[in-house]
Amino acid sequence: MPKYAMVIDQRRCVACMACVVACKNENEVPPDQYRTRVLEMVEGEFPLLRMELRSELCNHCDNPPCVYNCPTGASYKRKEDGIVLLRKNRCVGCKACVAACPYSARYINHEKGFADKCTFCDHRLKEGKEPACVATCIGKSRIFGDMDDPRSPVRVALQGSDATVLLEGAGTKPRVYYIKKFSKPE
Amino acid sequence: MKLSRRTFLKTSGIATAGIAAATVGPEKFLLWAEEAGLIQATYVPTYCEICFWKCGAIAKVLNGRVVKLEGNPVHGNSRGKLCARGNGGIGLLYDKDRLKSPLINVGKRGEGKYRKASWDEALGVVAEKMKGIKEKYGPEAMAIFTHGTPTDHFLPLLSAYGTPNVGMPSFAQCRGPRDVGYELTFGEGPGSPERVDLVNSKVMVLIGSHLGENMHNSQVQDFAEAIGRGSKLVVVDPRYSIAAGKAQQWLPIRPATDVALLLAWINIIITEGLYDKAYLDQYAEGFAELAQEVSHCTPEWAAKETDLPAAQIVETARMMGHNAPAVTIHPGRHATWYGDDVQRSRAMAILTALLGSWGRPGGMFFATKASLPKGESKPFPEPAKAPLNGGGYPFAGSEGVTQAIRTATITGAPYPIKGWFVSGTNLMKSLPNQQETLDAIAKLDLLVVVDVMPMDLTMMADVILPECSYLERHDALAIGKGKSLSVSLRQPVVKPLHDSQPGWWIAKELAKKLDLGEYFPWNNYEDKIKAQCKTAGVSYDDLKKLGCLTIPNTSTPYITPENPPTFKTASGKIVLYSKELKEKGFDPVPVYVRHPLPPEGFFRLTYGRSAVHTFSRTTNNPALNELYKENEVWINAKKAQALGFSSGDYAVLVNQDGARSNRIRVKATQRIRDDMVYMVHGWGSNPKELSRSGRKGADDQGLITKYAVDPIAGSTGMRVNFVKLQKEA
Ligand code: SF4
Ligand code: SF4
Ligand code: SF4
Repeated sequence: MPKYAMVIDQRRCVACMACVVACKNENEVPPDQYRTRVLEMVEGEFPLLRMELRSELCNHCDNPPCVYNCPTGASYKRKEDGIVLLRKNRCVGCKACVAACPYSARYINHEKGFADKCTFCDHRLKEGKEPACVATCIGKSRIFGDMDDPRSPVRVALQGSDATVLLEGAGTKPRVYYIKKFSKPE
Repeated sequence: MKLSRRTFLKTSGIATAGIAAATVGPEKFLLWAEEAGLIQATYVPTYCEICFWKCGAIAKVLNGRVVKLEGNPVHGNSRGKLCARGNGGIGLLYDKDRLKSPLINVGKRGEGKYRKASWDEALGVVAEKMKGIKEKYGPEAMAIFTHGTPTDHFLPLLSAYGTPNVGMPSFAQCRGPRDVGYELTFGEGPGSPERVDLVNSKVMVLIGSHLGENMHNSQVQDFAEAIGRGSKLVVVDPRYSIAAGKAQQWLPIRPATDVALLLAWINIIITEGLYDKAYLDQYAEGFAELAQEVSHCTPEWAAKETDLPAAQIVETARMMGHNAPAVTIHPGRHATWYGDDVQRSRAMAILTALLGSWGRPGGMFFATKASLPKGESKPFPEPAKAPLNGGGYPFAGSEGVTQAIRTATITGAPYPIKGWFVSGTNLMKSLPNQQETLDAIAKLDLLVVVDVMPMDLTMMADVILPECSYLERHDALAIGKGKSLSVSLRQPVVKPLHDSQPGWWIAKELAKKLDLGEYFPWNNYEDKIKAQCKTAGVSYDDLKKLGCLTIPNTSTPYITPENPPTFKTASGKIVLYSKELKEKGFDPVPVYVRHPLPPEGFFRLTYGRSAVHTFSRTTNNPALNELYKENEVWINAKKAQALGFSSGDYAVLVNQDGARSNRIRVKATQRIRDDMVYMVHGWGSNPKELSRSGRKGADDQGLITKYAVDPIAGSTGMRVNFVKLQKEA
């Protein structure tokens, strides 16, 4: 059973937004809604500045508040691989999950009426492809693979790095890891 | 709208192979239908045209509708990845604002009153006018302005017609001075894609180049790879760009003083003995003269000019010297800044030479010398009059000096220009001083534009010929010359929508009406490509299937004892001190010239790119417009505060000549010096037909009333205007 995860090597991101557009096409995400985004943040005062470029998406948490808060059982965490998914036909669009997610990863698809978010491109994984955003990532900043396989790209990338997760204190146990917050090596 | 599975089945067709008919199914549910196994995707390879990088792409087609574009893994410029714009190519295909049929102007020129016409009628009108111009003034009175793949169709047409007057803004408004500067030094330009060996570099130096925001797919991939491998980055940019955010050394230089920095670097590298002596002894000439000419360019002197700490200038010079030759001095691309741009590019080339980086791993590599034979075509007639597109500049390139044609159109000297044929360039946005463009257009008997979208210049044309998008047509084979030779095919993924036509078809049909049909002897473009493949010994079937064929190992990228370099300069050596320039009355070694600084209350206007747009042409693309809907003016946060602006406010920019912009949102930020403002180029388009981007944001070109012409190449420096911010009235 694979244990899927994503690593974001922030040093390598160039804020090109290829991932964002690819994700939207791949998953029919409606206008002005997003399953993933890339934040461009700068701190300091001219000329002493530093920049963080941060890809954000569903963290496929091992302790997922969205799943716990879903009243219909539409949201679930798949046992086999840990991907957090949604049974569309069970979703009533009540927004409980949207409110519960501390990462603003969810939205109600305004064309289709159900809750929607990153699926790790589950349908592509079935075809043996990488997630769309990973496949097109210009900087090879988004890295995907199986945490249980020591040779997988995620394990290789995490080796010897000080990886962090977002909002660690929230106790959600995310499966999206970030290495090197600032793109400039310290 | 919710659709039951039953309705879906009733309305949708079943997938067909190859080019499918226009979709009849509800497009929003195609992926769902695919997942349910109701329809099957087909995949068609082609190459992208959202910018000029020509990345190999594979289109996924469901039910006759393109639903996804992905990079072609076997293509060297994409390597399986497309940038945001390439991913968003579908937005162009299905943009409801596309030009849908030929249009003939029925009002005054520029009034925007058009009536639909058939292709036969529209081409007939163009042919008749072109014949009239030829009869009355000679064929030289027609000029062609062009960019990108349409050039492969319309340049032959206009050459067959008999005019030598071609103007490509890619020269005088972009790469021209850079290419000339490198040619004068090494005997050849840095190429496109630039032959930068970033992946093997230990140090990368970007001078005013904002890679990343400047999204040149494979090059940005290499850039990120180099960063990942620990290559050190030096970025010279008055703005804290994405690239600057990754740099070990960011040099927020005072705009217009780059030559001072470069000369100081050269001087430090010489005086500290950090140059590659053996390399220079063997391959270069003029070292002693160079050393003499730059000897006064001390770090302290440069520090005063550039507003950078002298220590940082020294430190960065040493960083380069100690890591040579694995140092990539990126030649840049859009180099038309201040009018001394050939000399600045020369300084960059000289620095590259001193470090021994030309032809060395981690510096600049050599392109393959292999080529693909073009195939026979009927020779074009010899023009009776000399071309006027050189503008009298001694080193103007064959792409032509656009504004020299414009000037001749206004003055009628040395001979009249009465017709403009324009394809692939929105001249209102690419040429500085829009009034001159309007004055020239007013003198024309014929303005014909081939375009996909209703852009500014397009909506002034007498006749508009709607080209279909790149996803609906064949174009010339793209020949890539990097470390290996590659051949890529553009082929239609879907049939042309609306009453639009491929460029080749437009050129061929117009040629017929001009009695020039013999220059286009093939039936259709696919036949022409097949014939070319046959001559070259390339399998067309493989090409059609794979989209791209690479002929590997045809290049020797680096200097080795077996592969000595050749320099196509007069002496056969790298030219550090240029006698050629001296003879023509120019400085043999670049000299720093002070440029005017903004007067009190004004800011220098600079402009650049967004990673999600290509100039004005993508601004209306729904997939890309969504991510960046209008441009902003970047201004230093303290200055903004003093002027009473906060981020998100609207301002109007007024330049030194009183030219006013549309309203534009303010971005008050620490990421920029306080003597300049910055905006993304290409916004503020006029046509109301652009429902998303029309009149959104401000047009930098509208504020570039002044331009500084480079006397060597004729290119137009466009960073010489000053603006102030005013509150929206
Ligand atoms: S994994 Fe797929 S769904 Fe998730 S952000 Fe990437 S492209 Fe979007
Ligand atoms: S595609 Fe990759 S490099 Fe580009 S913005 Fe997304 S994560 Fe960053
Ligand atoms: S760089 Fe982007 S827009 Fe340009 S050709 Fe490649 S994919 Fe297309």
